[in-house]
Amino acid sequence: MKKVPYRNYISNFFGLCIVAFLLFSTSLYSQDEAPAQEAEATEAVADDTAAGADPAKGKQLFNQNCAACHALNRKMTGPALANVETRLAEEEGLDKEWLYAWIKNPAGMISSGDAYAVKIYNEYNQAQMTAFPTLSNQDIDDILAYTAAPPPTPVAAATGAAADVATAEPGISNEIVLGALVLIFGLLVMMLFLVNQTLRRIAQANGVLIEKEKAAKGTPIWKAFAQNQFLVLVFSIFLLLSAAYFAYGWFMQIGVDQGYAPIQPIHYSHKIHAGDNKIECKYCHSSARVSKHSGIPSLNVCMNCHKSIYEYSGNPEGPSAEDLANGYTNEFYTTEIKKLYKAVGWDEENQQYTGETQPVEWVRIHNLPDLAYFNHSQHVTVAGIECQTCHGPVEEMEIMYQYAPLTMGWCIDCHRETNVNIADNEYYAEIHEKLSKKYGVEKLTAAQMGGLECGKCHY
Amino acid sequence: MASNKKYWKNEAELNPNDSIVETLRQNEFPEEIPVDEFLGDKNNLSDSSTSRRDFLKYVGFSTAAASLAACEGPVRRSIPYVVKPEQIIPGVANYYATTIANGFDFASVLIKTREGRPIKLENNKEAHVLGGANARVQASVLSLYDSTRLQGPLFNGEPIDWDVLDAAVKAKLTTLENSNQQLVFLTQTYASPSTERLMEEYKAAYPGFVHIAYDAISEDAALNAFESKYGERALANYHFDKADLIVSFGADILADWQGGGFDSGYSKGRVPVEGKMSRHVQLEANLSLTGANADKRIPLKPSAQKKALASLYGMLNNSNVSTGLDESTLQALESIAQEIKKAGGKAVVVSGLDDEDAQNVVLAINEMLNSEAFDPTSPRFVRKGNNKALAQLITDMNSGKVGALIMDGVNPVFTLPNSAEFVTGLEKVGLSVAFSTNWTETTQAVQYTASANHYLESWGDAEFQKGHFSLMQPTIKELFDTRQFQHAALLWLGSDKAYYDFVRETWDTQILNGASWNQALHDGVFRSASLDESAPADQVVSNQEIATEAGPSIAPLTNAIKNLASAEESEVELTLYSKTGMGDGQQAGNPWLQEFPDPITRVTWDNYLTVSKADANSWGLVNENVANGGLDGSYVNITVGDTTLQNVPVIIQPGQAQGSIGLSLGYGREVGMKSEMKTGINAYSVYKNFQANQNASLEKVGGMHEFACIQLHNTLMGRGDIIKETTLEVFNTKDAAEWNSIVHVSLNHQEVPATTVDLWDSFDRSIGHHFNMSIDLNACTGCGACVMACNAENNIPVVGKTEVRRSRDMHWLRIDRYYSSEDTFEQDNIKKDEFSGAFESKTGFEQMEQAATNPQVAFQPVMCQHCNHAPCETVCPVAATSHSRQGQNHMAYNRCVGTRYCANNCPYKVRRFNWFLYNNNDEFDFHMNNDLGKMVLNPDVTVRSRGVIEKCSLCIQKTQKTILDAKRDGRMIKDGEFQTACSAACNNGAIVFGDINDGESKVSELKESDRMYHLLESVGTKPNVFYHVKVRNTNEA
Repeated sequence: MKKVPYRNYISNFFGLCIVAFLLFSTSLYSQDEAPAQEAEATEAVADDTAAGADPAKGKQLFNQNCAACHALNRKMTGPALANVETRLAEEEGLDKEWLYAWIKNPAGMISSGDAYAVKIYNEYNQAQMTAFPTLSNQDIDDILAYTAAPPPTPVAAATGAAADVATAEPGISNEIVLGALVLIFGLLVMMLFLVNQTLRRIAQANGVLIEKEKAAKGTPIWKAFAQNQFLVLVFSIFLLLSAAYFAYGWFMQIGVDQGYAPIQPIHYSHKIHAGDNKIECKYCHSSARVSKHSGIPSLNVCMNCHKSIYEYSGNPEGPSAEDLANGYTNEFYTTEIKKLYKAVGWDEENQQYTGETQPVEWVRIHNLPDLAYFNHSQHVTVAGIECQTCHGPVEEMEIMYQYAPLTMGWCIDCHRETNVNIADNEYYAEIHEKLSKKYGVEKLTAAQMGGLECGKCHY
Repeated sequence: MASNKKYWKNEAELNPNDSIVETLRQNEFPEEIPVDEFLGDKNNLSDSSTSRRDFLKYVGFSTAAASLAACEGPVRRSIPYVVKPEQIIPGVANYYATTIANGFDFASVLIKTREGRPIKLENNKEAHVLGGANARVQASVLSLYDSTRLQGPLFNGEPIDWDVLDAAVKAKLTTLENSNQQLVFLTQTYASPSTERLMEEYKAAYPGFVHIAYDAISEDAALNAFESKYGERALANYHFDKADLIVSFGADILADWQGGGFDSGYSKGRVPVEGKMSRHVQLEANLSLTGANADKRIPLKPSAQKKALASLYGMLNNSNVSTGLDESTLQALESIAQEIKKAGGKAVVVSGLDDEDAQNVVLAINEMLNSEAFDPTSPRFVRKGNNKALAQLITDMNSGKVGALIMDGVNPVFTLPNSAEFVTGLEKVGLSVAFSTNWTETTQAVQYTASANHYLESWGDAEFQKGHFSLMQPTIKELFDTRQFQHAALLWLGSDKAYYDFVRETWDTQILNGASWNQALHDGVFRSASLDESAPADQVVSNQEIATEAGPSIAPLTNAIKNLASAEESEVELTLYSKTGMGDGQQAGNPWLQEFPDPITRVTWDNYLTVSKADANSWGLVNENVANGGLDGSYVNITVGDTTLQNVPVIIQPGQAQGSIGLSLGYGREVGMKSEMKTGINAYSVYKNFQANQNASLEKVGGMHEFACIQLHNTLMGRGDIIKETTLEVFNTKDAAEWNSIVHVSLNHQEVPATTVDLWDSFDRSIGHHFNMSIDLNACTGCGACVMACNAENNIPVVGKTEVRRSRDMHWLRIDRYYSSEDTFEQDNIKKDEFSGAFESKTGFEQMEQAATNPQVAFQPVMCQHCNHAPCETVCPVAATSHSRQGQNHMAYNRCVGTRYCANNCPYKVRRFNWFLYNNNDEFDFHMNNDLGKMVLNPDVTVRSRGVIEKCSLCIQKTQKTILDAKRDGRMIKDGEFQTACSAACNNGAIVFGDINDGESKVSELKESDRMYHLLESVGTKPNVFYHVKVRNTNEA
């Protein structure tokens, strides 16, 4: 009997293997396909462009130099650049030489009064384009070749769709397996009942008497228990103690919001920003350096990057199966970026601020009570503690949560164990030398420095 | 054995058959409980919407909800800026230099803002003139967040738009362009070059334009005297730090006399340096702050002061002036005259008498002396009020000559003694507009009310003293739909300039002379270059010139002397004064100021009539303490001319000149005030002809007034170790052990110094910081700026009059004021020591509870003494109060359970208990109970809850901030960086704070001083706050 579930597990395992095989084979195949498409496309374009222009190199140059202000099919700080060469030639009658000159010295073109240069300058809020005198004509050719190439079909979407189907399968099969198990178990119970009945019937037919009263004669166990006062006493003491234990445990967690992960008005992923893109924490939380508050960044800080990052195109491998299961698709993230634009009042179309803002009401996660004073700059700048020490692996958090319990015991434990960071700090020089001599230690902990005194945090 | 005794409850029980006894025995309740009446009535029950089941449901639900709510933390939201201003970092304070010039208080100050909210005021140390904030200026930041402020312009009390107001004014102004009707601006004193220029522009545009400056409390006499002598309508400047002898005839030079701000100079001269300090003689009627600080104080009625001044002039001039003063006064005057002659140019004579003759005589004396402290060359412009012009205006208004009257910064309907005339005149004015921050008596009477900016929302400038300029800049955007007067005035003139541009223009063309505007704005103050170059030489020259001119100018003085000598005497002479906490009353709605204890009487939430003990006895007036300790006082009606003030409460004031009474101005506001703030009596109605001295009569009326006085015991009873003091002579000639002796106690039957005995082991505090605070009783004038700064810094709640009366005041820092019971404190000590036997000491001590008729006065700021061996710490059952290595006594509010053992065990009585939740409480209506008022709270200090003890923390939030800044910069801390709110607020140098482990710090130097002593040294608490023995420059004792 016991073997049944095992057998099932084995079949389940095989099922998973098959699924995995299917999954990976499809994605491998689709990935093979994509570069092939790209290659075809570039080949087709290569005919049009000057001989020797390399769109692949152009792409690299474009991303390095141009992408901050230009996109291929979209107006950003500067105009969209897809087919810019042909467009200029057809619409404005400007040749490649004009482009060379413009890219290398836009300011000169504007001041010399070139009609189109001035027009473009005025059209884009008089934001002057950066000059690229270092780009050779060959480089510019490469870039133009890249802009002339039609954009490759989005690959990630295909992969995503395939993965979608694939990941759905194990979920269903699990349910089926469970259902089957339940069914089998039900059948077994029924069988047992039937067997029992049949046996009884046979016994009756054979004249065997089943001793029913035997069990009834002895005192039932609960009665025996109830009559034994000692046992009752021990049991009730045990009950009371365990109740007290759990009650204490429950009371002690009141107000401790470890793991608190509220839903925020904008789904902001620390994983993408701090993890995938490795943005330094203090780039956004800049006041942590100088203030008691780390500060939720104001929206203009977001716009430093998001002026040009208007959509989420995912990490190179595409969204993981887990992300997709949670609905974290590229489109999902892109809509979140749109929420930011709405809040900050950014008109994507015209690339300018409308002035209609809607401040974002973030849900505060780390709520230290008013009675406790905590200063970020003391810990971040003076002590040089990593943000992760208290806030946990933020770079892995898709949804931000409270990592530490933020209880007084937690603070104090750390103060007892952590040495004071005295490196290159003249303030500590004298006091550290004298105090460490007094306590007979090499390095002082924060506690020895006075970090356990009540008034240091409560006033 | 069980007792069979039967206890009779009633005689009737003797009769066993008494029916009543029987029924009583049967019934538990003598009266029938109406159970049936309620439950038996079906209708009644069915009418009730709540059935018993419902009731239980509600109880169950609310209990469950309450316990659930307690377990679940609330969801808190954080809303960051959309676009963060570059300068604002949440959690970091910004400071801006600005200027207060509200017509009564003038000062250059720094404003501390947090997240864009102004929350506290600091002194501007860059300022050479008026850089110190007094108590009212300190409190003015709260007036910004007054919930009764006007939120927009009004027409006859109905809200309107600014457009409507603009249109109405412009229309009227156009009609006035070519008319002979007057356009009158009735305003406060601005002392502002830009506003002056604006007024010039109006003058050019409108033929009938008149600008009248009006000071509620007038300095007209002094202004006229100065104007007639020096040709400029201004006030002479005084450098009291340069004076060796100060003689004052009723001038409250430490308070608001001639615009105030003289106290820091005064204090500089009062600290004995190399055996020298200034001597101060005060002749006055009321006991003023200045009189309390004087070395010699002669109580004189105002009329006698005038005579004395004339007589003194005669003595100095060697001419004979007969005044009819009594022999002892003349003798005292003679000795003063001798001293003045001896001091020569180091002496200065000042007068606060509202009398042009007196002011002329004083100017003449100072010139005659060639006084170094007297400076007419760079006069002050902080009072401009012109009473003659004002009287003319009222006449013109009543005769219909005024086409439009525009007022700013004044409340004449309240502050004018003849306000009824003014109001009837207002009705005949074509257009009346009043700029005001609040709904007042005046806004009620005019057509248009223009909601005005608070000074912290305004641009502006000021020239307090010739050549000393300051700038006013907004530190917050207008909270409401308000406008500052100058902005509106520019608009009505047809200019599209913002007032900022106008000020800048004035400065660029007239003041800066090429210097940087940004630098001036940053510093808040600017000294014109000519001052630095030529000032000292100039002054000497001009003084000499004046000295030579003094001869001929004496001639017209003979009349003045004659007038003064024959000053009319009256049986009861009233002196009106401005209280340290209330000033002219424009901030009467400020709860901090209402709860500010008067430095002299220590009474809060009131004004009152001060009378001398002898007069009180003869008029049957009493002060008495009732069962809960509260102080009660009799009522009187005062009549001045045809005006009677009803039910004025009486305080018996030691030191009050016999035959004189005192009453403070500024109280009694009613219109637009919260009910709690409607305190006191309006004394402006007896401020006839802007004369502070009036002849009055009074009669006692029934009833007793309940005061909220925070100091109920007024004398030291010979406890010389609380306030140690000595005379300059003793100080200079004797050993410190003699005048600053340490109390000896008996240990093992041996007399040893108390400081050597200790119950506790000492901790080593030699490493790191060790904070100490030094309080110099010589430099402290008792002005109370520190008290107000402490309130603002530490979120101290206002508790209201009834709570203060129950001794539940919450101030962390108090300034104790003591009167001597004999003529001097020294005599108190001697008297106490000479008691022999229980009987004599009993009666003797009873006598010593009463202050002397003209007592010596001493002030002593007391806050938590931060004892190294603190009695409070040893008795706290939950270790809520504990000690730090840095010398601060910590108080963890969240740990406190409110046993109040610590407060009982504190020998200094500095711990305060939160009897109520003073914030978010419907029972209180002060700033902490509305959203606007809460904006003043300091985010770095916890707002305490009900049931916990609180006390001075030595501003640990400030010391910690200083340490953190140094750590972040990786540097040592310089002396002077450590400050507390009180030490930073003290402009007189009385409170010095610092680290005594830093051997070079000022405080460690002060601790080594011979004058250093600890409060109640004999208790062995080893406090970290120490005092400096008060030295009096007296030759009598």
